[in-house]
Amino acid sequence: MFVIECPWCGKRDQSEFITHGEAHIARPTNGHEMTDAEWGDYVFFRDNPKGITRERWIHTHGCARWFNVMRHTVTEEIFATYKPTDPKPELPEGSE
Amino acid sequence: MSQYRLKQGGRIDRNKSVSFVFNGKRYQGCEGDTLASALLANGVHLVSRSFKYHRPRGIMGHGWEDPNAQIQLEKGAFTTPNVFATIQELYNGLEAESQNCWPSVEKDIGAINSMLSRFYVAGFYYKTFKWPRAAWETLYEKVIRRAAGMGKVPELPDPHRYEHMHAYCDLAIVGAGPAGIAAALTAAKSGKRIMLIEDAPELGGSLLGEPGTIDGAPSDQWLASAKAELDAAENVTVLTRTQVAGYYDYNYLVASERVTHHLSPNTPSKAPRERLWKIRAERVVLATGAIERPMVFADNDRPGIMMASSVMAYINHYGVCPGQKIVVFTNNDSAYRAAAAMQDAGASVVVVDVRAEVDEALKAKFEVHCGAGITGVDYSVKNGIRSVDVHAISADGSTIEGPGSTIECDLVAQSAGWQPTVHLHTQARGKLNWDADRLCFVPNGTHVVNPNTSVGAANGTFGLADVMAEGAAAAKSLLAELSVDVEAVVPSAAENHAFGSIRELWIVPTTHPVGEGKKKHFHEYQNDATAADVWLAKREGFESVEHLKRYTNTGRGTDQGKLSNVNGLAIMAGARGLTVPEVGFTTFRPPYTPLTFGAVMGQTNDDTFTPARQTAMHQCHVERGAVFEDVGDWKRPWYFPKHGESMHDAVQRECLAVRQSVGVLDASTLGKIDIKGKDARKFLNMLYTNNWSKLGEGRCRYGLMVNEHGMVFDDGVTTCIGEDHFHMTTTTGGAARVMTWIEEWLQTEWPDWEVYATSVTEQWSVLSINGPKSRELLAELTDIDLSSEAFPFMSMREGNVCGVPARVYRISFTGELTYEVNVPARYGRYVWEQVFKAGEKYDIVPYGTEAMHVLRAEKGFIIAGQDTDGTMTPMDLGMDWIVGKKEDAIGRRSWSRSDTSRAGRKQLVGLLTQDPNVVLPEGTHAVSRVLPAPPMDMIGHVTSSYMSPNCGRSIAMGLIKDGLNRMGQTIDFVLMDGTSVPAKIVKPIFFDEAGERGRD
Repeated sequence: MFVIECPWCGKRDQSEFITHGEAHIARPTNGHEMTDAEWGDYVFFRDNPKGITRERWIHTHGCARWFNVMRHTVTEEIFATYKPTDPKPELPEGSE
Repeated sequence: MSQYRLKQGGRIDRNKSVSFVFNGKRYQGCEGDTLASALLANGVHLVSRSFKYHRPRGIMGHGWEDPNAQIQLEKGAFTTPNVFATIQELYNGLEAESQNCWPSVEKDIGAINSMLSRFYVAGFYYKTFKWPRAAWETLYEKVIRRAAGMGKVPELPDPHRYEHMHAYCDLAIVGAGPAGIAAALTAAKSGKRIMLIEDAPELGGSLLGEPGTIDGAPSDQWLASAKAELDAAENVTVLTRTQVAGYYDYNYLVASERVTHHLSPNTPSKAPRERLWKIRAERVVLATGAIERPMVFADNDRPGIMMASSVMAYINHYGVCPGQKIVVFTNNDSAYRAAAAMQDAGASVVVVDVRAEVDEALKAKFEVHCGAGITGVDYSVKNGIRSVDVHAISADGSTIEGPGSTIECDLVAQSAGWQPTVHLHTQARGKLNWDADRLCFVPNGTHVVNPNTSVGAANGTFGLADVMAEGAAAAKSLLAELSVDVEAVVPSAAENHAFGSIRELWIVPTTHPVGEGKKKHFHEYQNDATAADVWLAKREGFESVEHLKRYTNTGRGTDQGKLSNVNGLAIMAGARGLTVPEVGFTTFRPPYTPLTFGAVMGQTNDDTFTPARQTAMHQCHVERGAVFEDVGDWKRPWYFPKHGESMHDAVQRECLAVRQSVGVLDASTLGKIDIKGKDARKFLNMLYTNNWSKLGEGRCRYGLMVNEHGMVFDDGVTTCIGEDHFHMTTTTGGAARVMTWIEEWLQTEWPDWEVYATSVTEQWSVLSINGPKSRELLAELTDIDLSSEAFPFMSMREGNVCGVPARVYRISFTGELTYEVNVPARYGRYVWEQVFKAGEKYDIVPYGTEAMHVLRAEKGFIIAGQDTDGTMTPMDLGMDWIVGKKEDAIGRRSWSRSDTSRAGRKQLVGLLTQDPNVVLPEGTHAVSRVLPAPPMDMIGHVTSSYMSPNCGRSIAMGLIKDGLNRMGQTIDFVLMDGTSVPAKIVKPIFFDEAGERGRD
C-alpha cells in the first residue's frame, strides 16, 4: 500500500488513486499512415519491466488530476511523481 | 481455592472471584485471569482434541503461540469459534466449550482416528480422496468438512458493532515489553506523534511473566511509573488489547483492538466489539519479543506438557503453578530461570538437560540429569501425566543409551530455545539470518520502503539491560531520521542474563526408531504433523519448505506455526543433510494472529456496505411502490407493481401504457457532463465516432464512444447549448468512467486544448416523458412551444416547466414522442408530482428500468455493456451510419486493422424465436449444429431478450458470427437443460421500423 505524493495535493494514501499503466506513450497523429503492426504496437504493447517503470496515475478521490509516477516494480520504491507536462525525470543513480 | 492457585503473587485479584462454565461444568477464577490461567488454576489441562487424530491436547503456552487451547466461546448469536483461551480474559458468566470432539473432550469418538493413524499420514487427503470423481461433492467434501472441523461458525447475525479507525504517527512502537517501553519513553520526549501498541491488556511484555529490577525498584513499580508517564504525554497514544496483524508496504500497519472482549458480550456498551486500526507510520520499532520453542520428543503433545517460560508466566502473572512435581526438559540455560520460579512457587523440580555439560552455577539448585532426554510420557485422560521416561542420549544425538529411568511428575516444562518474533519484520520484506550459536533466525536488514528497526528479543537480544538499551537507541536513531534529536532514556536493569549455551538436537530419540512404534514426535500440534511426516514428505519429493508446509500442513493452522515452523524446517534440513538456513524459511504472511470478519468489515455492513445514490425523486418512487435495482451506485426504480402484480405483469402494463398514452421514467441517473471551451467541438470530434463540426445551437446528436482499440464502451446524446458549450449524457453506470476518460485525454494528451469538463449529473433532475399523450400533457405545464415546427425531434429548448426553469430535450430512448425535462435537481420531486397530477386524466404511469429495457429493445436501441462487451465496433453493431468521414478520432485507425475488419466477426442482429411465446434466456449460446452433448461449435449468444407486449411476442437481440450476412436464416440456441430453441435472424428492430412515432 503506497504513499503517493500527488504533485498538486501532496502525500496521500494509495487508496485515493488509480493507475492507468505506462506513461509517455504519445498518441500517433498519423495513424492512418501507419501499418497494422505499428498501430498495434501503440495500442496493445506495453513494457513490463522488472525494474523502473513510469506510469500514469490519477488522484481519483482527490483533485482528479493525472500525473506520472516513476516506480520500481519489485521494491515498490517511488523515485518521483511529476505532472504530465513535466520532462521525464532522470533515473536514480545506478539503476537500469 | 484450588491447590494450583498460589497463595500470593501474580497480578490477579484473589478477592474478586469470577464464575465461568467450561464444557458444562462451573468453575471459579479470579479477576485478571485468562480463561487458560483459570482452567489451570482448577487443574484443567485437557482442553481440546487434535485436528486429525483427535488426541487429547492441553494448554501449552500463554499467548497467541498456543496451538491447542482454542475454544468455542459463548452460544447463539454471540458464539465465536477458535478463541484462544490463553488470550481470552475471564469475565463473570463466561461459557466456553472444547472444539473438534464428540460427545465430550474426555470421551471422544473421533479418537478412533488415532488407531488408524498409519493411514492418516502426511498428504492423506491428497492421496485418499481422489477417486471416484463422483464422490468429490457427494461424499468426500461432507466427510472432510465435518471431520476436519475447528470451531462452529455462528448461524445468527452478529449483534455487535465493529469499526475501522485510520491513524497516522511519526513513530509506531509495536510491543510494550521492556524494549518497547524504553523506546516509547525516549520517543515521548520528542514531541512527535508516537503510538505504542500492545496486544496484552497491560504494558510489560516479558516483565509480567519474569519480573526484574529496573531503576532500582521492582519492575512492577517501574511499569506503573512508565505507564503514568506515557499516559500523561499528549503526543503518545497507547493502545492495549491491540494486535498488529499486518505490516504492509510504506509502513502501513493493520491492527485489531479487542475493545470489549474482556466483558461479557451481553454487557450494554456504546463501544464497538473490535476496532480495526489502519496506521501509517513514518518509522516503526518492532519490539515483538520472542517465542520459546518446544522439543520434539516422544509423545510431546500430552496435556500437561507446557513451555517453560509459560509455566513461569502462569506463576508470576496469574498466581497459578500448573503442577506440583515438575520435570523441566531443556537444551539451553533459560529454562533454569523458569525452574527457579517453579521451585519458589513450591513445586518440586527435576531438570532433564540434553546437554552433557551444564554450567555448575545453573545446576546448583536442582536435581539435573545431564545429557539425557525424555523418551516417553505416561499419560491418561483420567490421571493426566504420571511420569516420564528418561534415557541418556548419544553424543551425536541419534540414539538413546543405557537402561533409562522413570521420573514421577504431573507436569513437563520444556524449552528448546527461542525464536525471535520476526513475523512483522519479514512481512515488511526484511531478510533473516540464521544465528548458529543461538539456533534462531534473526532480522538482517530492512526493506527500503519500510523503514523500521527490530529491538530486544525480536532482534535476538535477550538480556534485560541490553534489551532496554536497544529499544531506547532505536527510538533515538529513527527519530533522528525524521530530523528530531532526542536523548536516549535508558532505564537501568539489574538483570542482564547471558544467552548461555544451547545444544542443537531437533529430534529427541526414543526407545524405537522415530516413526515406528506407538510414540509420536509432534513438531506441528495444531495440524497433527510429526517428524516422521516430514521425512515422508521428503521421501515423496516434497523437499522445499514451501512444499513441506503444504504437504504436512506445518504452520497452516490458526496459530500459524508459531511453535512448529522452525522445528519443521530444521527436521527437513536434517533429512536432506543440509543446514537450517540452506533449506530456507517459508514466507510469513499477514495476519500474524487471526482477524475476525467483523473487524475486517468494520462499519461497512447492511446499509453502510456501499454508498447508495438516490435521485431527488426517490421518495416519489417509494410512495408509488417501486421495486428498486442497483445501477452503478444508484437505486433506480425497476418496476412499479400495482396491487400484488407480478414483475412480468407490471412490466407488460408499463410498456403498453407508454406506447398507448404516457409514461414517465426517472432518468436523473444518466451521466451528465458539461463541456465548455473554444476547443470543445474539436474535442468531441476526437471523442465520438461521428462528426460534431456542424451541430447547431439547440440541436442534439447521438454519439458512440470507442476506445483506442476501436471498441464501443459508452453512448449517449450530446447537445449544443452554445457555440463552445455542450451538454453530454452518458450511461448511468459509465458516467465516472467517461469523466475519467475525458480528463485523461485532456490532461495528458492535449493539455494545450481549451476544454473544461464538469460532471453535472447531480445538478439535474430528469423526467423522461414518453408516449403519444406527452405533448398534450407537457403543454399544460410549460411556456415552451411544443409544436414540431418550433421544437423538432433531436433538439433542446429552454423555458419553464411547472414554473421551474428547465431544459427540455426532444430525444427518445423508446421511439415514442418524448420530452426529457431537465430541471435543477432540487425541484425534481415537485415537478414529478405536478406532472403526475396533470397526467391523471391520461392514465399516466411511472415506469422502471425493466420496461425501459423492453421498450428500447423493441426499437433495437443498444445498451452499451449489455449488447456490447468491449469487443464490438460500431460496424459490428450495424451502426456504420454513425462513423463520420473524419481523418482522425480515437479508435478510428483500429477499425481497419486486419482483425477488426475481417469477415465473420460477431455482429448484432435481431432474433425471433419460432414459438413467439418462448423468451430465450439472455446469455444463451447459439451453435452451428446441435449435438447430444457439449462441446458444440458456438457461433454467438443472446444479449437482450424480452416478452414484448407491443409486438405481441418475444423479441431478442444477439451477437452472432457473420450475423449481418445471415438475415432470414434460422439458427439453434441450446438451453441449460440441453434442449434447443430455433430462432430466425432478423434486423434488430421490432416496432415502428419507419421511426415515425418519435418524430411526429
